[in-house]
Amino acid sequence: MVTLTAPENIATDVPAADGPATTTVDLDASTVRELNQGIHDAVDGQAWTVTNPGGKHSMAVGITADIKVTIEGHAGYYAAGMHQKGDVTITGNAGVGLAENIMSGRVHVKGDASQSAAATGHGGLVVIDGNAGARCGISMKGVDIVVGGNIGHMSAFMAQAGRLVVCGDAGDALGDSIYEARIYVKGTVASLGADCVEKPLQAEHLAELTELLAAAGRTDNPADFKRYGSARNLYHFHVDNSTSY
Amino acid sequence: MCGIAALQLRNPSLHPQMGSLLSSMLCQIVDRGPDSAGLAVYNTPGLVSDGTSTLSLLGKDQGMTTAAITAGVAAMLPAGAAAATKVVGDTTLVSAAVGTDLLVKAVSETLPGATIIGRGEHVAVMKSVGHPMDIAAEHGLEAMAGSQGLSHTRMATESAVTAGGSHPFSVADDLCLVHNGSFSNHATVRRDLKREGVVFDSENDTEVGARYVASRLKQGDTLEEALVNLGKVLDGFYTLVVTTADSMAVVRDPIACKPAIIAETDDYVAMASEYRALAGLPGIDNARIFEPEPGKVYTWSL
Repeated sequence: MVTLTAPENIATDVPAADGPATTTVDLDASTVRELNQGIHDAVDGQAWTVTNPGGKHSMAVGITADIKVTIEGHAGYYAAGMHQKGDVTITGNAGVGLAENIMSGRVHVKGDASQSAAATGHGGLVVIDGNAGARCGISMKGVDIVVGGNIGHMSAFMAQAGRLVVCGDAGDALGDSIYEARIYVKGTVASLGADCVEKPLQAEHLAELTELLAAAGRTDNPADFKRYGSARNLYHFHVDNSTSY
Repeated sequence: MCGIAALQLRNPSLHPQMGSLLSSMLCQIVDRGPDSAGLAVYNTPGLVSDGTSTLSLLGKDQGMTTAAITAGVAAMLPAGAAAATKVVGDTTLVSAAVGTDLLVKAVSETLPGATIIGRGEHVAVMKSVGHPMDIAAEHGLEAMAGSQGLSHTRMATESAVTAGGSHPFSVADDLCLVHNGSFSNHATVRRDLKREGVVFDSENDTEVGARYVASRLKQGDTLEEALVNLGKVLDGFYTLVVTTADSMAVVRDPIACKPAIIAETDDYVAMASEYRALAGLPGIDNARIFEPEPGKVYTWSL
């Protein structure tokens, strides 16, 4: 049996007249475990601010309530992992595996994100204002990702569902072995991965792109983007290949 | 998984703090490699001096007193070479005002079983097995001044946990290399280098990388060219940091699985495996922070 006690060193401000109480956690004084326990015990409508994050790992993981968390500075590995419902903002950069396996809700990074951002994400929205590293959206399963800058190589590898929007350039092997996710890139693509092809940008795509850009707070013109997706040659059995098995 | 923290100080007024800054960085990468560690420090007063070659030997106990080592070495060197021996932590430093090749010969004659882990006019290399912060404390890193520092915490995969297998590998004058990752074709490259007459100290894959870089530099490559060539010859996963007397280079393999982050200000260039190792550096809030791109060689010179 585990007895949970309220973490020490966590200060709750007096609620502002027009908003919820904001709980501030100073990670120079509290541990990441205390922060995450507090967030797991939180209820809908609460707001949390994390100060002095110092690039620590696993901050704000496993949120399941509709809360607002602001990390004031840089985050380390796996920030906002397994995220559901809530809203996490990181004012600096994020390390490897940002919002890994996100289910719903929103994660916003104002700086850059390292590799494997939003990996395996099932739903929700991940917004990165800066650049994302390699393997952004790898094995994405329904998450929407909007990147203000460039993305690295092998992004959207084996992407199954969801939308990836890149306002800058994409690195090598974009969308390698892609299933059914949709990719929109405004800039150049260094190279497309196996079975990923450019596809026409039709009215329905412009509409969803407009919506995604607006949701990310961006003003880019949707008509400037190109759409990429699966040629569907790789994952459908073709009789000519029967001797290869 | 291994940890790397490296620092090049552009502003000489920070030189007295080199050890304390590097120590604070090292502290944050211990989790990445707790079995053994190594340090390389450049232009640290008390360890090296201009016009003098210094050899770093593995272990504080060489089976002879420091006076006997000094006497043995001095006997093989020209008069006035001012040979000296000192023990710093678990490392023995032998220095003399002669070229490194001659000093290597004299030390090898005096101490036939010694392993030379660092050589040059500017660098001292220290490595050992155990908790990285204990190793740093034992060598007194915190109090060291200097122009550049390089540290590595090792989680061994390709060869045994030994002091000799710890990084950095320093195989040519003032050249050091540390590695996070593994080379998969190191046996093949080792055989090729052996055929060229290169002698190895360990079974470690990273030593092959260091010997390869040294071999390319000897053939006239710049540091950047040597690392580009390394990418063509050595296969595997790597983030490498290479330091020389006055420069530092960072390169990641084209797949870039191994992490690296760089912070640059007018005062310093710092590289680490994770941002948290950089978080305590002065002026970090205004530093230019970026991850090095895959397969691209970055170099900075003092």
